[in-house]
Amino acid sequence: MEIDIFKNKLVPKSRILKEEEEKELLEKYNISKKQLPRILVSDPVAKALNAKPGNIIEFTRESKTAGMSKFYRVVVA
Amino acid sequence: MNEIIRDKIGAIEFRMLSPKLIKKMAVVKVITPELYDADGYPIDGSLMDLKMGVIDPGLRCRTCGGKVKECPGHFGYIELARPVFHIRYIPLIYIFLRSTCSSCGRLLLPQAEIDKWLKKMSEVDDEKKAIITKIIINKTKLIKKCPHCGAKQERIKLVKPSTFMQGSTKLTPIDVLERLKRVPDTDSELLGISPAAGRPEWMVLTVLPVPPVSVRPSITLESGERSEDDLTHKLGDIVRTNQRLLENLSAGAPELIIEDLWDLLQYHVTTFFANNIAQIPPARHRSGRPLKTLTERIKGKEGRFRKNLAGKRVNFSARTVISPDSHLAVNEVGVPEVIARELTVPERVTEWNLKEMKELVKNAPHKYPSANYVITPDGKRKVISDETRGAILEELAPGYIVERHLRDGDIALFNRQPSLHRISIMGHRVKVLPYKTFRMNLCVTIPYNADFDGDEMNLHIPQTEEARAEAEILLGVENNIVTPRYGLPIIGAIQDQITGCYLLTKTEELFSQEKAAELLASIGIFELPKKPAMKKGGVKYYTGKQIFSMILPDIDYIGTSKNCPYHNVCNNPDCKYKKVIIEKGELKQGVIDAIAIGAEAPKGKLTQAIINKYGNEVAIDFIQKAALLGINFLQRHGFTTLLTDTDLPQEAIREIKDAFNHAEKKIDEIIKEYHEGKLKAYPGRTVRETLEFKIIEIINRARNRTGRIVESYVKPNNYTMIMAKSGARGGVLNLALMAASVGQLSLRGSRIRKGYRNRTLPHFKWGDIGPAAGGFVRHSYKGGLTPTEFFFNAITGRDTIMDTSMRTPKSGYLQRRLINALQDLKVEYDNTVRDASGRIIQFTYGADGLDVTKSDHGKLLIPKEEVLK
Repeated sequence: MEIDIFKNKLVPKSRILKEEEEKELLEKYNISKKQLPRILVSDPVAKALNAKPGNIIEFTRESKTAGMSKFYRVVVA
Repeated sequence: MNEIIRDKIGAIEFRMLSPKLIKKMAVVKVITPELYDADGYPIDGSLMDLKMGVIDPGLRCRTCGGKVKECPGHFGYIELARPVFHIRYIPLIYIFLRSTCSSCGRLLLPQAEIDKWLKKMSEVDDEKKAIITKIIINKTKLIKKCPHCGAKQERIKLVKPSTFMQGSTKLTPIDVLERLKRVPDTDSELLGISPAAGRPEWMVLTVLPVPPVSVRPSITLESGERSEDDLTHKLGDIVRTNQRLLENLSAGAPELIIEDLWDLLQYHVTTFFANNIAQIPPARHRSGRPLKTLTERIKGKEGRFRKNLAGKRVNFSARTVISPDSHLAVNEVGVPEVIARELTVPERVTEWNLKEMKELVKNAPHKYPSANYVITPDGKRKVISDETRGAILEELAPGYIVERHLRDGDIALFNRQPSLHRISIMGHRVKVLPYKTFRMNLCVTIPYNADFDGDEMNLHIPQTEEARAEAEILLGVENNIVTPRYGLPIIGAIQDQITGCYLLTKTEELFSQEKAAELLASIGIFELPKKPAMKKGGVKYYTGKQIFSMILPDIDYIGTSKNCPYHNVCNNPDCKYKKVIIEKGELKQGVIDAIAIGAEAPKGKLTQAIINKYGNEVAIDFIQKAALLGINFLQRHGFTTLLTDTDLPQEAIREIKDAFNHAEKKIDEIIKEYHEGKLKAYPGRTVRETLEFKIIEIINRARNRTGRIVESYVKPNNYTMIMAKSGARGGVLNLALMAASVGQLSLRGSRIRKGYRNRTLPHFKWGDIGPAAGGFVRHSYKGGLTPTEFFFNAITGRDTIMDTSMRTPKSGYLQRRLINALQDLKVEYDNTVRDASGRIIQFTYGADGLDVTKSDHGKLLIPKEEVLK
């Protein structure tokens, strides 16, 4: 049975960044991909998005204090 | 030379020292156990040979020519007459002996399999290599015949600590050395020693490196006698035994004697590495103290890492007992003069302070504001004494640095352990005072969690301009009123200070101008409120609210007090008396209590309002004045706590009795229902659990009723009640405990069930599950408990003590680990949280980028629309 994990309200919205966006992000924080938080390719979210190692996933989280906030993780093997 | 080289450490690899390398890095071969000749000069070829470096000032190293601080020290070596085992390699040697052939030295696996594993190993990382090694060791365990030479394998046993037995014969280090030499590089790699890291036979020592003298410095005692380091002692033992063994070998002594000496040498070498191994008696000093050898130097809390590298001793610090002083400002600390004379602040002499500095030097060293040292422009440090004072005074000129005594207004860091908080260390202004304790304002006891039952605190004096600026701006008490934990003041009035302000602002009493002026003068205010409340016979009268308003800045504030000040039980939820109104710095209505000027959690709202409008300096001054005003008023007013505070009128006692009787009757009914099997279980619960819930519920209801009864019957001038209502200390519950009933005792979240078979105490019938048998205390502390009630009370009391004494170290260790893990995280200028190597942990601090300290209980101070603009 295939379950769409994004339907669960506890799973934050996520998408894979496009190449230009990746560049923009790394430039914004003046970092290399190594310095980003990581996520395993085997993570359910990464699997569902069909992410490859090296991709950056953008998470949009909702929180009581911050409203909306963005978080980025690089996919690693 | 002075260029800083920055690079990242990719990896650290540890390898074994080969005998060849040991000899190569050594500058001398140590052969004599004696250290000094008759003149006290180090003997060549001894453990103190001058080639190994110098520790005496004046002498020069015979290897590099450097003086004491220049020469890094050089290794020597001891040629062991017979090889011995390195105690730390015993487990690895054991693996090698068991997994390789006793005759040909090959790994006990067929060649094909060896090749297969070797190929696998070349492909994987170090972590996986270790796993492969483990698999191989397990595979070879069962093999009885060598697949290479066909020799039968006898199982080898390790007799701790360092003897290997093959059947009934003992394997000497020589035998083991020979066997390890036969192991080919490829097989050794599969067992965990890659050829790059070394050869397995190096695990058996044939030469021993002797650490430089700078690693084991000797101390010259006052009597001129020399006292050697523990390591030198141990090395002396090794050299002595080694020489004896050598002599006996060349003289062809009987095998028995040689065996004994060999074992002794093994013992000394083992204890040189580690002196706390099981089965080996620790080597002792002449005094009976165990020697501190290599392992003990590094390991544990007292070892190099935790004692000297992770934490260090500091200068310019002091520690003594603390005591309270309400007349000090909140951001001051009282420093005893004896300490102020010892702690110094370096001050650079300039044209403008030359006169002042000269005055200080003139006073040295006996008078108080003076100086201890002078540092000349070329960096020489001179003590000021009666003899040197004249000369120093003469040469003192701009460019010199005077280390002057601590004096009023200097900034200092004040700290109380355990430093669980950032506010456990704050910057205070020094106030030099007589006597021998540190003095502090009572309002800062909360962040430090200090009391005065013998607590000691530490004081540190920042020595550079940057450190002083940091101590003032980042750590200053006035800049830490609001805690970063929840954004409300953690510094505020406590206990009697709150009671005082409460009574002052509540009282109907009018203060004559004389009394008002006196009270205000006691907190340093020398004017009266503008408009008197009343004039009578030419004398002006003022209200308490007016007097309190004198310390308020021009502010508008609307808040609520903790309780309605006029009714014991106020049933009106929006009772107007609860409202506190301040208009233009004038307290118009309501009382000042813990909610307004207290500290911690929902308290300190008025302080917060003042911070928001006027900032920290005004707020800290307000806190200090309010606290002092409270105390001074209370002193004049009179305040105590009485036994009669817990007295209740007859009706109240009857009502309480009725409440309990009613509850007991109800419980009896339910228990009866339970026994008759008529009780219905709650969903997901057993019948027994349901019964328990119901009993507890009824008891709680009865208890709450008694609380309300107590509240409604106590007199308005009840001191305990005043403290409870103002939030100064204790609550209505504490009063009820003393006056009405202690109530249900609970042991680990439920009623008391432990004890005897089917009952809690022999005083009850079998199967008694009623309130009394379950730890319900119907009586009050003042009224006195029955023997069973008293016993149950002791049970829970002891359990609480045990629980806290076991939880404290556990949570302390958890805290330590958390701090170690998080200590290098930092908010960067772009608002990201990063670790030391620049890895991002959070993209915006706390996802909202909010500094809680600058917020109002976590809420923004400015409306959101303003921020967005």
